[in-house]
Amino acid sequence: MATDSEVILRTEELTKYFPIRRGLNPFSRHHDAFVRAVDGVSLGIPKGRTVAVVGESGCGKTTLARTIALLTPPTGGHIYFDEKEITNGKMSKAELYKNMQMVFQDPESSLDPRMRVGESIGEPLQGLMQWKKDVVQDAVERSLKAVGLSAEFASRLPKQLSGGQKQRVAIARAIAPQPKLLILDEPTSALDASVQAQILRLLLELQREFDLSYMLITHNIAVAQYMSDMMAVMYAGNVVERGPIKTVITKPRHPYTIALIASAPIADPKRRNLLQTEIRGEVASAINPPSGCRFNPRCPYADSICSIENPPLREISPNHFVACHFAEKTA
Amino acid sequence: MDTLLSIQNLTVVYDTASKRVIAVDDVNVELKQDEFLAVVGESGCGKSTLGLSVIGLLPKPGARVSAGSIKYKDTDLLKLGSNKIREFRGTEIAMIFQEPLTSLSPVYRVEEQIAEAILVREMRKKGKKVTSDVMQTTYRNDSAPVSVTRIPRLKRRSIPGELRGEVIEYLKLVRIADPEQVLDRYPFELSGGMIQRVMIAMALSQEPALLIADEPTTALDVTTQAQVLKLMKELIKKVRTSILLVTHDLAVASQVADRVIVMYAGEIAEDADVLSLFSKPLHPYTNGLLSCIPSGYKDESELNPIAGALPDLSVRSIGCKFAPRCPRAMQVCSTHRPSLTSLEKNHKVSCFLYGN
Amino acid sequence: MNLHSAYSFISKNREATFGFAIVAVYLILGLVVALADIANIRITPYDPLQQNVGSSLGAPSTAHLFGTDFLGRDVFSRVIVSVPNDLVVSFCVVALAICVGASIGAVAAFKGGLFDELLMRFTDVIFSLPALVIAMVIAVALGPGLTHMMIALMVIWWPPYARVARGEALRVSHQNYIEAAKFAGQRTAKIIFKHVLPNISITMLVYATLDVATVVLTYAGLSYLGLSVRPPLPDLGEMISTSQDYLIIAPWLPVIPGIVIAVLVIGFSLLGDGIRDALEAS
Repeated sequence: MATDSEVILRTEELTKYFPIRRGLNPFSRHHDAFVRAVDGVSLGIPKGRTVAVVGESGCGKTTLARTIALLTPPTGGHIYFDEKEITNGKMSKAELYKNMQMVFQDPESSLDPRMRVGESIGEPLQGLMQWKKDVVQDAVERSLKAVGLSAEFASRLPKQLSGGQKQRVAIARAIAPQPKLLILDEPTSALDASVQAQILRLLLELQREFDLSYMLITHNIAVAQYMSDMMAVMYAGNVVERGPIKTVITKPRHPYTIALIASAPIADPKRRNLLQTEIRGEVASAINPPSGCRFNPRCPYADSICSIENPPLREISPNHFVACHFAEKTA
Repeated sequence: MDTLLSIQNLTVVYDTASKRVIAVDDVNVELKQDEFLAVVGESGCGKSTLGLSVIGLLPKPGARVSAGSIKYKDTDLLKLGSNKIREFRGTEIAMIFQEPLTSLSPVYRVEEQIAEAILVREMRKKGKKVTSDVMQTTYRNDSAPVSVTRIPRLKRRSIPGELRGEVIEYLKLVRIADPEQVLDRYPFELSGGMIQRVMIAMALSQEPALLIADEPTTALDVTTQAQVLKLMKELIKKVRTSILLVTHDLAVASQVADRVIVMYAGEIAEDADVLSLFSKPLHPYTNGLLSCIPSGYKDESELNPIAGALPDLSVRSIGCKFAPRCPRAMQVCSTHRPSLTSLEKNHKVSCFLYGN
Repeated sequence: MNLHSAYSFISKNREATFGFAIVAVYLILGLVVALADIANIRITPYDPLQQNVGSSLGAPSTAHLFGTDFLGRDVFSRVIVSVPNDLVVSFCVVALAICVGASIGAVAAFKGGLFDELLMRFTDVIFSLPALVIAMVIAVALGPGLTHMMIALMVIWWPPYARVARGEALRVSHQNYIEAAKFAGQRTAKIIFKHVLPNISITMLVYATLDVATVVLTYAGLSYLGLSVRPPLPDLGEMISTSQDYLIIAPWLPVIPGIVIAVLVIGFSLLGDGIRDALEAS
């Protein structure tokens, strides 16, 4: 990753565990098990760049995003926004959210159905900056324009908008307070192909225009490839590989990354990669993860050490980190 | 290769209180024996409706077939009453759906559900009527009748050895590791991918000639999707089942299909074998769809989204439905409807750019 | 779904229109009576309190549309004057139930955890109190009367509303726009007020319109037991109980007030069904 002062967000051994209470006592402090949703994640997002966090369901990427956004308190570790720690309670949430905003996956539930578009977009301006009505109105119009919608959309209700338009409004709302970092949680998964393309292009334009940094959560490798500068792959709460996007996609070294990239369908009937992949088993449970390396039961390279010790991330080529005991063998 | 399924001039409408939506508009499709056909399109194009109408599962008040025929091996399925259709459904024609969690009954174990499917097949083979309350039949050589009733009991139902054996065979066919363990599980204990595989096992136990799969992998993880798709492709060869796959994902179609049909707003835009479609896409919509797929790296590639939005399907259109969004639209496109014509062997397109 | 489309939907549905008509008639009547009372004008053909023992137990006739009771009072006038009672009680009780129930349910759902447990268990306790017993306790403590019975019903009527509100609020709390509101720097109270409550209001309203009829019936029951308005002031339920001994010789005395209550209940029920169908269809 780039040198520290150029990093907009950095996490240090961030963990988020959810306690599972067995038994009927709602007040019991004794917990039988924990869902280790995020288990020691350290990554950084360089300024003006996009980092894709990629993984399948249950890998913890959404929980990671929500923990970084302080929507849920971290269990351990530290988060630094622009080198200021946000996990020690010294920065108020309002202060943080002026600089960090989020776009959610489901456009249908992103907007309050009873509020007009202009009110929804203006909400962060009124709540975080306490601007007056007329200032808010100007900012709302500029936001709408930036996402390609005309000013008259401000008076519409969400039910009068299509899925793609709703997502644009959600983006307009997120950029209204002029944040430095946007967390995009699967921003196009719920949209059709042509709408997805429009939104992705819009996000790239906005990044160039406003020098935004993005944390892009996605399960779609093609989207990650198109949008990002760096990629981090998560499995069962750990980051198993991270590095520059081209390196990770063309020279993946973690067996899970290899399987993941091989499973992504390519739109070319002459390259039927899917039919060659061979991946066994099911995604690891986050409650009872396998001991040692979480991926070891499914890994074709696994050996005895893999079920004992969970490998840490180590640098195997400039800026390319892999968490695998046998990373040299997988090339 | 013979034609297994022949859909001619099919039109399906949805009637709501305020308007009538034409979901499928005068569509012609042919599916041959052993063929893997993918029907691709965005939401609202009518692909799911097409799949549901073959098997007669259109939502009862609301949707109806207003014209056309669906011939399965020379029988027009649309002319059959609902009782007759049931004989085809689940035996010759099987279907699997998108949402795995709601496809299996939550109160029965996997073993019981697959056994039930097999018993239905046995009853049909013996010419017995399949009623909905109690199914009893003699399974193969066992002299005692086996019944799978709908009243759950606390004791474990016992299923005779031979029947159990066949259930395990099917689970192995769909590459489920530890089939003996999975037999005893309830659906909520299984992951989405496992359930989809159980669904495929159930569908295959009927020995169908045609399997219709409606977005079977959309709700699954990418690695699980790869496993399930690979399985479906293998099965065509092994059990000689033809597959009609409905999907919104062109990439998925390119990986597994022999032939691809692209639908737009209820009509077929292009119908070609998979290699031709991707190397020489003819219809501007197909082109648009292909250029919407993100490929290539940031700052190095261009995504060219299709401008505009889907037309209102409740309004009867005059010209080509794609014309308002088409970068190559001509005068004739807004006044006349193009029809699906063969341009080359195995490549049909519905567009005035190519004559007609 | 706004008022206009709800109205057009209801007008297409025959039963709902019928219900609407009935309720409208009662409402207008009630309003007129109340205004007349304030203005001190008598609009009924006879003074409801005027006794005339000579013409007691008279059958319905052109002079006395609903006949006369055992003290010779005109039943029609008494019935008309009692209508506002039922309406006022039912509206006030339901209105309060919505306010209290929605607040408690929304806060419980949104905050969750201990808050949720405590609030819901408190709701359960109130829910377990029987209406009748509470009414009698209040009647003993404060004396009988319309206001007192209204208070009694208000105390115990809100728990189902809290349950309904909590269910809806749980659904709403998981929507993305609530998280977006947190990103907008809104505090919990503001989010509940601005986002949660408005989005559960439709469900609450539907439940309330179906519930109003039950309040009317329950109040009529309390009034029948003599816990509400005391004679000689008229009240529909009370009129039934004081005249039930005359069922054989003067059946119109207990039956007519009963029918008046029943018709109002039917009207509310039909209207409530219509509103629910209209809102569900949207």
